Order: sequence, then structure tokens, then C-alpha cells
Amino acid sequence: MVDRTGTPLVELRDISIAFGGIKAVDHVTVDLYPGEVVGLLGHNGAGKSTLIKCLSGAYQKDSGHILINGQEVEINDPRDARAQNIETIYQTLALADNVDAASNLFLGRELVNKWGFLDDAQMEAETRKIMGRLNPNFKKFNVPVSALSGGQRQSVAIARAVYFNAKILIMDEPTAALGPHETQMVAELIQELKAQGLGIFLIEHDIHNVMKLCDRASVMKNGQLVGTVDVKEVTDDDILGMIILGKKPAHLAA
Amino acid sequence: MTDTSHSQPPQGSAVSRFLRATEIDQGFLGRIGALLLIWLGFHLYGAIFLDQGLFLTPRNLWNLSVQTAYIGIMATGMVLIIIMREIDLSIGSIMGFVGVVMGLMQVDWLVPILGLGHPLIWIVTVAAGLAMGALIGAFQGVLIAYLAIPSFIVTLGGLLVWRGAAFVASGSTIAPLDATFVLFGGAGPFAAMGSTGSWMLAILACAAVIWITVVGRNARRKHGFAPRPVWAESFVAGFACLVILGAAAVVNAYNWAPGNLKIYFEKLGEPVPEGAAFGHGFAYPLLLMVVIVVAMTVLMNRTRFGRYVFAIGGNPEAAALSGINTQAMKVKVFALMGALAGLAAIVGSARQNSATNAMGVFDELYVIAAAVIGGTSLAGGVGTIYGAIIGALVLSSLQTGMVLIGFGDGSYQRMVTGVALVLAVWLDIVYRKRMK
Repeated sequence: MVDRTGTPLVELRDISIAFGGIKAVDHVTVDLYPGEVVGLLGHNGAGKSTLIKCLSGAYQKDSGHILINGQEVEINDPRDARAQNIETIYQTLALADNVDAASNLFLGRELVNKWGFLDDAQMEAETRKIMGRLNPNFKKFNVPVSALSGGQRQSVAIARAVYFNAKILIMDEPTAALGPHETQMVAELIQELKAQGLGIFLIEHDIHNVMKLCDRASVMKNGQLVGTVDVKEVTDDDILGMIILGKKPAHLAA
Repeated sequence: MTDTSHSQPPQGSAVSRFLRATEIDQGFLGRIGALLLIWLGFHLYGAIFLDQGLFLTPRNLWNLSVQTAYIGIMATGMVLIIIMREIDLSIGSIMGFVGVVMGLMQVDWLVPILGLGHPLIWIVTVAAGLAMGALIGAFQGVLIAYLAIPSFIVTLGGLLVWRGAAFVASGSTIAPLDATFVLFGGAGPFAAMGSTGSWMLAILACAAVIWITVVGRNARRKHGFAPRPVWAESFVAGFACLVILGAAAVVNAYNWAPGNLKIYFEKLGEPVPEGAAFGHGFAYPLLLMVVIVVAMTVLMNRTRFGRYVFAIGGNPEAAALSGINTQAMKVKVFALMGALAGLAAIVGSARQNSATNAMGVFDELYVIAAAVIGGTSLAGGVGTIYGAIIGALVLSSLQTGMVLIGFGDGSYQRMVTGVALVLAVWLDIVYRKRMK
């Protein structure tokens, strides 16, 4: 059971962002506690990815506040987010296809030797270590990631997020491109990370995955927050109703 | 990068096993093969139709090394630009402008202040040339990165602006240049390091090759990766040493002309000894290019800077999401390209012993062609420094070869170069398709 009595790990308070007059995110407030998985749901274009990109530093919010452990922080670019131990697995995976797994894993945070030159051997060794834990079948360490399968690419993106001791993890549809076996592996990984006390924002379309993996679900529609519910108190249909109708279920609406 | 194949059981033909073990890129082999064919073709054509094959002579190969140098120097920078999915059309004009300003500087401005032949003249001029090139490049880079104007447009504008500026700066040829400055050009025996120095340098280079091989092996062993077969690494290192020593032998076999011997011994106040023969050795511009090639290769493969160039070329969005400042990177890469154009202006004007506002016309196209023939993909993300040098060698071989077999007229050279460019890219496409 998630303890929600203390300070939230992350609080996105009253966040708004507009693109050319269209309010992509309109005064949305969500929070996340340590050891919790919060699902973000909604139709395509509901504003989930945009909201989360304000936290990962890909976008800058127009207004609102971001609080980490109760402290207000400024996140203006991905470096700021990384400095707050926020790691993101993007839907597009955000991999540079022309370089190998180790180069992608350490992109922007390369290991260097004492003369400041890249320590490729060390990076490959570290990559082998973490991949051995996440995806023991992964063997293609020295080819560009364009030569990898969808699942292998996904595991590189996941490895990048978990290698650097993330405290807050953002996963944008991590299982969309995966087969059943790999989806199961991601589910197990989420449970493991949760147990370690990470907070995870999970953008997910599959209601079954939401019910299985998430503690709470925040539903968005047209840039606005419909509501946040505890998944134990609702059914699949309740959540579907929120997504489609944009209304909280009657028994929780009080 | 390294490969994984040594962990798999040997398979395929002996040739493919050999290539896998030595990690020699087939595309690289193909380019070397094409280059040797061009050399042999010109030589045999001369031998058969003109009664003497002039291509594969120490003299021609030495000249070829000098001619390749300044295109090669710029091609190393163009590789970075193209990897990042950009283009730079302005470098020929930057060469012209920087060359003219450097000419004015050493002849009209610094001589009255410092006196003829003062050593500060060439130092100040060279520093100013590099700085000017870098500043122009950085300025264009800012327009490209921060104002989001396509590099094609910015540098097309630059092509016109800097060429015009070169004409404004000086309407006439500026000559002769500072005597020390001229040594950068490799015109004549005094701009080469002589046979003793060349042999020593070649031996040092071989030692470096062996050292790098051993260090690489140890690094792999330290992390428990399977080392490559000893025979394969020995073969590659041995072959590289052979090429280096062979190159030294060739440039040392090209002897000074009697007239230059006379000048040399007159300066010493001695008569020319009986049977005196001095080899040229490596030309200074060639050494300069080798230094640039090594430095740029290290930059691309061993530093964060190079890793970011590749990452931006592979996926600009991913690079930005990884916290890489892609805009600053673009400015730096264009500044580097500008500085290399400045360096090429030094070599080019020194070689002619004069600065003209027409220097570098069409060179941006030859440089782009060299990078592309060398395997740099215009789609971005892929390219090597050594490939661009081979590309530059192919182009200058075609040009010198055409002169040697009597088609020295510029129009034929251009036609052949154009055909070679299209042919090279087509062969590359065919090769890549077959690999899939």
C-alpha cells in the first residue's frame, strides 16, 4: 500500500502550456508519491505527453509550479530534469540510431578517463552489466541501435532511464511496441522499481495494464484534468467513462 | 567501434572471415581499390600511349600529396558538417577572403611595422587567418543554429558575400608572400622535411601504431571482452607500418632538382659536392594534413564533442532530450569548419606564393565531393575522417592524372570529376543495398 501521508515526491501544480493559442495543458494538477505508479490516461491529444514533457524538460510550462519533495524547482531543459533525478522513457525512445547501445545509454553523460577522452570500454562494460539484468538475451553491443529489434531498442531506452539512479521515472507508453513476453518483463521491472521507492508516471492506453500496474490513475481530456482516482476503487468501465465522457464516475464524484 | 563476431563460430568464406577478424570495412577496401585502379590506369595509359608512365613516380606522388593536402584539410571538417545534416557552401569563398586579407597583412601592413622577413609576420598572419576563418564560421553557425535559417541558404549567401569581400579587399594579386609563410604550401624542396627527418618520423609513426594496438588490447582485456585474434591485429598494424614506411621511401626517392641543390650549397658558401642527392621527404602541407586528420579522428571517436556530432546527426531530437546543447554544437562545428578553411587558405596561398581573390573558387564543391566519395552520408549520422581523405585523394588523383595524360584543360578535369562523384555515390548505394 502506498503511503500518501508525507510530502509528495512530485507535485505538478496548476500547470498550463499553450501552443499558438491552443491550450495543450490547461491548469492541471497531479502528484506522485515514492513507491507509487500513477497512470496518465486520455485520448491522443488529451495533453498527457505534453504535461509530462514539462517535467522532463523537453517543454517549458507557461505557468504553474513544479515541486520535488516539497521544494519548488525550475526545469528549463532536460539537463535540469536529470539533475533532479528525473529520467524519461519517451514513446519514440529518443535513441540515436546511428550509434551503439552504450553510446545511447550514456548519451550526454559519457564516462571519460583522466584525460577527458571517452572511456568506451568502461561504458560498454557498464552497459553489459545493466543489460544482463534487464534483458539477458541482449547481445548486440557493438552495432548501431538501428540494427536492433523493437524490444531490444526499448530495453536500451529503459536501461538508460534506470542506470542513473532515477528517483522519478516517466514512462510514455513503454509497452506499445512490445510483444507479450517483453511486456511482462516491463511489468516486472515496474514492480521492482516501485519496491525500491521510485515514483513512476506511466502514460498508458491499455486499461488492463493500468489496472494491473498503477496505484492511481489521472485522466485528461482536451488539456484538462478529468480527475484522479485510486484504481482499487474503480472498474475498467469507470476509467473508460472518464476518458470518453470526461466525467468522474458517479460513485466517486461527491 | 568493435565487433561481436569473434564470439561466434567462424563461418563464411576465408575472405569474409578475414575481414571480420581484422574489422576492415569493405567500403573502405573498395575505395582503396578504386584509388589504386585510378593510379594504375593513368600510369598504364601513359606507358602505352605516351611511351612513359608518369603517374606512379616519386615526383608525381609527392606532388599529389601536396595537392591533396588543402582539400583534405577542409574535407575533415565537412565530414562533421554533413554528419550533422548540414552543408557548408561558403568555404571556398572564405578561403579566398581570408587568403587576400592574410596577403595584405603580411605584405602591406606588417612589413612596414616589423621589417621584411621578421618572424612575427608569419606567426601573426597564420593566427589571424585561423581566427578569421573561425569567426566567419561561428557567425554563420549562429545564424543557422539560433535564427534557424537553413545552412544551405546561410552558406550560399556566404559563398557570395565572402567572394565579393575578397574582391573588395584587393582587386589585384598580392605577391610575393613572406618567405617563412610560403613553407606551408609545399612548393619546392625547401617546404619539405628532408629524408632523415622523414625516416625518423615514419619510424615514430610505426611505433605509435604498435602502441595504440597494444593499449587497445589491454583495455579490452581489462574489461573481460574477448580480444581480437593476434594474427588479425598484427596484420593490420603491420600493414599500416608498411604503408607509412613505403610513403617515406617514395617521398625520399624524389630528389631535389640540381638548381635547388646549387641554391642550397651557395647559401652555405660551398661548391656542390660530386654526386650529391637530397630526397624531398614529407612536404609540410602533408604533415599538416596528417596532424589535422589525427586530431579530427580523435575528436570524433574519443571525445564527447564527436559523440554529440554523431548523435545530433542520428537523431537531433534525441540528442536534445539527452541534454546536449545542439545549437551550441552547431556553432562550434561551423566555427571549426571556418578555421579549417582558414588553414586551407594558408596552405593554398603559400603554395602559389601569392594571394588572389579567385583562390578557392569551386573548392567547396570538391570538398563536399571528397567527403561524399569518402562515404559520408548526406542523410546525416554517418561518415569518417579517413574516408574523406581517400575521397580527396581520388579527386586530386583524377585531376593530376588528367594533366599527366594531356587533358590538362580544366574543362575535361571538371567533367571527369563530376562523373566520378556520381559514379562513386551510385556504387555506394549499390553496395549498401547488397549488404542488407
